[in-house]
Amino acid sequence: MKQNRIDQKFEEDKKLLSIYFSAGHPNLDDTVPILNALQSSGVDMVEIGLPFSDPLADGPTIQESSTQALKNGMTTETLFNQLEGIRKSIHIPLVLMGYFNPMMQYGIEKFCARCQAIGIDGLIIPDLPVDVYHEQYKPLFDQYGLYNMFLITPQTSEERIRYIDSVSSGFIYMVSSASVTGAKSDFGAEQASYFERIAQLGLNTPTVVGFGISNAATFQAATQYSKGAIIGSAFIKFLEEKGVANIDAFVQSIR
Amino acid sequence: MNYNVDEKGYYGDFGGAYIPEMLYPNVAELKENYLKISATPDFKKEFDDLLKAYVGRPTPLYFAKRLSEKYNTKIYLKREDLCHTGAHKINNTIGQILLAKRLGKNRIIAETGAGQHGVATATVCALMGIQCIVYMGALDIKRQAPNVARMKMLGAEVRPAQSGSKTLKDATNEAIRDWINNPVNTHYIIGSVVGPHPYPDMVARFQSVISEETQWQLEAAEGRSHPDHLIACVGGGSNAAGLYYHYLNDERVNIIAVEAAGKGVDSGESAATSALGREGIIHGSKTLLMQSPDGQITEPYSISAGLDYPGVGPMHAHLFRSKRAEFISIPDQEAMDWGLTLSQMEGIIPAIETAHAFAVLDVRRFGAAEILVFNCSGRGDKDLDTYINYFNL
Repeated sequence: MKQNRIDQKFEEDKKLLSIYFSAGHPNLDDTVPILNALQSSGVDMVEIGLPFSDPLADGPTIQESSTQALKNGMTTETLFNQLEGIRKSIHIPLVLMGYFNPMMQYGIEKFCARCQAIGIDGLIIPDLPVDVYHEQYKPLFDQYGLYNMFLITPQTSEERIRYIDSVSSGFIYMVSSASVTGAKSDFGAEQASYFERIAQLGLNTPTVVGFGISNAATFQAATQYSKGAIIGSAFIKFLEEKGVANIDAFVQSIR
Repeated sequence: MNYNVDEKGYYGDFGGAYIPEMLYPNVAELKENYLKISATPDFKKEFDDLLKAYVGRPTPLYFAKRLSEKYNTKIYLKREDLCHTGAHKINNTIGQILLAKRLGKNRIIAETGAGQHGVATATVCALMGIQCIVYMGALDIKRQAPNVARMKMLGAEVRPAQSGSKTLKDATNEAIRDWINNPVNTHYIIGSVVGPHPYPDMVARFQSVISEETQWQLEAAEGRSHPDHLIACVGGGSNAAGLYYHYLNDERVNIIAVEAAGKGVDSGESAATSALGREGIIHGSKTLLMQSPDGQITEPYSISAGLDYPGVGPMHAHLFRSKRAEFISIPDQEAMDWGLTLSQMEGIIPAIETAHAFAVLDVRRFGAAEILVFNCSGRGDKDLDTYINYFNL
């Protein structure tokens, strides 16, 4: 069986920079140009956000980008059509991140099959709890070669972290603080001790930090104890201000 | 069939807790404690005492003589409109504030649409001296100025929800985000039988005082504790859940749920979730909800702000799918006309939400010996502006 691109990537001896953006924002057809620019700038992995009308785990930046994407006409089907043939040019891991309701309405099996056909490596579904996934959907995801990544937070108990670790594939998404998504200028001592505490658990699954990463300093702090970090809101703000043509400058400012 | 929640938090196919991991500890804490705490003698005593001395319970079960004669059937009204703050909403907020206190929370958040639940929450927070923040859609704040003023008088902070459609569903999203950002000291008082488990069951239990009283009041009035029909309006469905609760598994009792058809079920401006909704996930619960083919949640419409929620509590979704309850939808015009009818035949000015339920009398026939219990869930003071404009009063 072919190795999942996420696992391949995580074998590389470096800290991984992953970028999130909302598909269909700033413009409906920006998805593929953004992916190309991110890859050529040396980004290691991309989370493509499937917009939702009610993104309850997201802060204002991602909410607004989702709302704009929907106004631009983005749908699940449109996104899949845009991604058709993407593997001719993009070889880095691609993860779809979205809320569960649009996936349910598309049909979970059809959704998984389409992901596999396109070459999506995994999914992050913030409102699909790990136990429901495990009981109802895991066989389907496995059948279509898709990883499903779970979140942990500073409030997640060690017992639950160990359970999540035991059912995880790909990576564990470490939410940096008790908050919705959104850029922060720096992390405090609280975050540092949380990152260290998780590192000392010796989990089987690598961790990637997300929420609040916005610049070189927060990227450094986040990756001191983890394999990589995900930037979302700060990248979306940059796209709004500077546009797709300048993505390289953003990525170079982080590394 | 069982119509109560199962041990996993489901009503048949519906319910559960589809929440982001960030909310897991908060919801788990509630799930582990809500039954335990609300069963303690200390909690029960404080809850019962407050319902009696502060809310004004038991509310009367009133035999509506003129209405009964006109429709040639036996019509009773469960007078929740006589509760303190003007509706059943306070039964739940009293229960949840007592729970929050025992969980050591010192900050309360709530969502509100028309403002009734916001007022009921602000009221109990004032009563307990606890900080209160109410999220309300920016559009609703403009439309419901008197209730915004009430909340402010009661010491609550009203925060506008600026996201999405700036109405109830967005206020709920904002409250959930606040809870994610404040996981330790904050309790979220949800106003209806919606949201992740255990909320639907917890809210239904606190509202179940309505059917508990109905049982003994009907026994005293009619010599039997069960009616033939229970009739209530359903937005999220908390007053209905309270009226049905002790009769859910009593098959002698027919259950009627009344939704808002708005300008007509097929008009594109409606809140009739059972007719227009599909199975999906809203605010952490698998239920029926109004949405686009692509799974984006759509904005419902009803002239009554309390019924325009795009979903329905999972208990009601189950009652609908299992055919345990009859679902009827009533357009704005008939509901408004019933606001006048009830005022002029019984001297009771109902909330527009409540008026929807009574319109069932015009669309369905009942036998002369049959006993009907309507939940007269709220009074119409808050709707005077709408009545004035509609009828040029």
